[in-house]
Amino acid sequence: MRDNVVLLDPTAESTPAKRERVVPPSSLGGLTIGLLDIGKARGNVFLDQLEAGMVARGLNVRRYAKPTNTKVAPVAVAQAIATECDIVVEALSD
Amino acid sequence: MNQYTDGLVVVLKRDCPTCTLLEPVYGELAGSGAPLLVISQDDPTFPESIVGVVDDVDLERSYRLDIETVPTLIRMEGGNEVARRIGWHRDEWRELTGLESLGEGLPDYRPGCGSMSVEPGVSEILAVRFGDTKIAARRISVAPLEDEIEACFERGWSDGLPVVPPTEVRVVRMLSGTTREPDEVIGSMPPNLVPCTVEKVAINAVMAGCKPEYLPVVLAAVEAALIPAFCMHGLLCTTHFAGPMVIVNGPMAKAVGMNSGGNALGQGNRANATIGRALQLIIRNVGGGVPGGIDRATLGNPGKYTYCFAEDESDPHWAPLAVERGMADGASAVTLYAAEGLLGNFDQLSRTPESLTRSLALSLRAVGHPKKANAHDALIVLSPEHFRIYREAGWSKAQTLEAFDEALRLPGCELVRGAGGVAEGIPEHLVTETVSKFRAGGLNIVRAGGIAGLMSGIVGGWGASGERGSELVTKEIGT
Repeated sequence: MRDNVVLLDPTAESTPAKRERVVPPSSLGGLTIGLLDIGKARGNVFLDQLEAGMVARGLNVRRYAKPTNTKVAPVAVAQAIATECDIVVEALSD
Repeated sequence: MNQYTDGLVVVLKRDCPTCTLLEPVYGELAGSGAPLLVISQDDPTFPESIVGVVDDVDLERSYRLDIETVPTLIRMEGGNEVARRIGWHRDEWRELTGLESLGEGLPDYRPGCGSMSVEPGVSEILAVRFGDTKIAARRISVAPLEDEIEACFERGWSDGLPVVPPTEVRVVRMLSGTTREPDEVIGSMPPNLVPCTVEKVAINAVMAGCKPEYLPVVLAAVEAALIPAFCMHGLLCTTHFAGPMVIVNGPMAKAVGMNSGGNALGQGNRANATIGRALQLIIRNVGGGVPGGIDRATLGNPGKYTYCFAEDESDPHWAPLAVERGMADGASAVTLYAAEGLLGNFDQLSRTPESLTRSLALSLRAVGHPKKANAHDALIVLSPEHFRIYREAGWSKAQTLEAFDEALRLPGCELVRGAGGVAEGIPEHLVTETVSKFRAGGLNIVRAGGIAGLMSGIVGGWGASGERGSELVTKEIGT
């Protein structure tokens, strides 16, 4: 394993070096919420509960799944979430 | 470490024939009783006659002692260097050591070899590891599993193409291309009006793919972009197509291998490609000029990745653009022009300057809009075969520009709003006037291109050309 690579900031350094997290929405109303099952045991049970609760509140929900928890999401899944959803809930398990 | 007691210091390497030749000398020095420190760059078991050779495989001592050649003999007094001899010169070593019979039987003189600390690419690594690079930029650590090129994309530092990751070693190497200090402020970079230092220019030049010798050209291009008459802020913000074009004149263009010949406006030449790209990256990263943000271009143009070439100065019949604009003959300079895309004029049949001028003028009428006048500037990139028609007729550049001015005096009745069933046009009150397509000084000519091809390029300017927007600016290239 190599060491960290140190890069020099090419910008005016007016923003933090660490990327800022997206500001959470103040309301879920009108947004499309993606629920991502990473493929680990019983993650789907948690997401089923979550989906039912969200739908009962009138929220827009879409389900996504990774084929396996051992690898990163296929590009198609990541692109689908990025283009179809406003926010995503990822169900870890264990 | 690196504190030296009074006495002699010898820096050497086994890989140097002169250093190995002097093996008996080291023994004589040790035997003289004088304090002696031997520093070996490549093998601490050499020289075998010396006990306690200092291992300098990491080259820190060599770097700090600023060794350029081995062997180097130094005399230290009070912790400071008081004398130095480079290579082997027997009389000099005898004089410095005070040993009158030192090296008896050896050749009088041997030059020695280059120090490992100054081998190509090594000195910058040592400067980063052991020295003060004077670089103030924030260090951003990229985790081992993170691809550093992807990291640059994710941080928004790219124009959409991969950039060279700006490591400190690469930036130190880039800064070696200029005599200017890293912290020198070039000016305030729009749109955020951030102080732009030589160091930031160098970082972005690395990312663009520049070689260190391009850096003075990039610095001049940045300085030119900051001349108020160029109006870089407005050019960036506009919805118009235009962006900065960089035209390089003078010996520097040849020195760094720029292309003024075939495909000069196309791909394939590193200097052309990366110098223009560096300017755009600086505007983006230092100034904060990002498409969709302050950059409000409706379409932009492909030249906003990079738009840079050298003028063909091979025929002295016409003065180069920079000389025409006041630079001394023989000086190197950049000229910036607020340029949109390229329109080709493919005239295969004109054989007289009169015909070719009228022919090119037909294309020039389309700049901006065929029914607009006195709005957009224009640049003719005249190919060698088209240029030959003017040269063989004995036309000067000034005479040619006058002919264009004449050919581009247009009847207002054809251009006014509504004429020809087209709403766009000049104001109706000009219907009886004759109007010039371009403002005075708004049409310029530069020569470039391959030797074959009866065709030239027309590059339209920004809709806000001239005093109300952008004018051509020229800046001499420094060091």
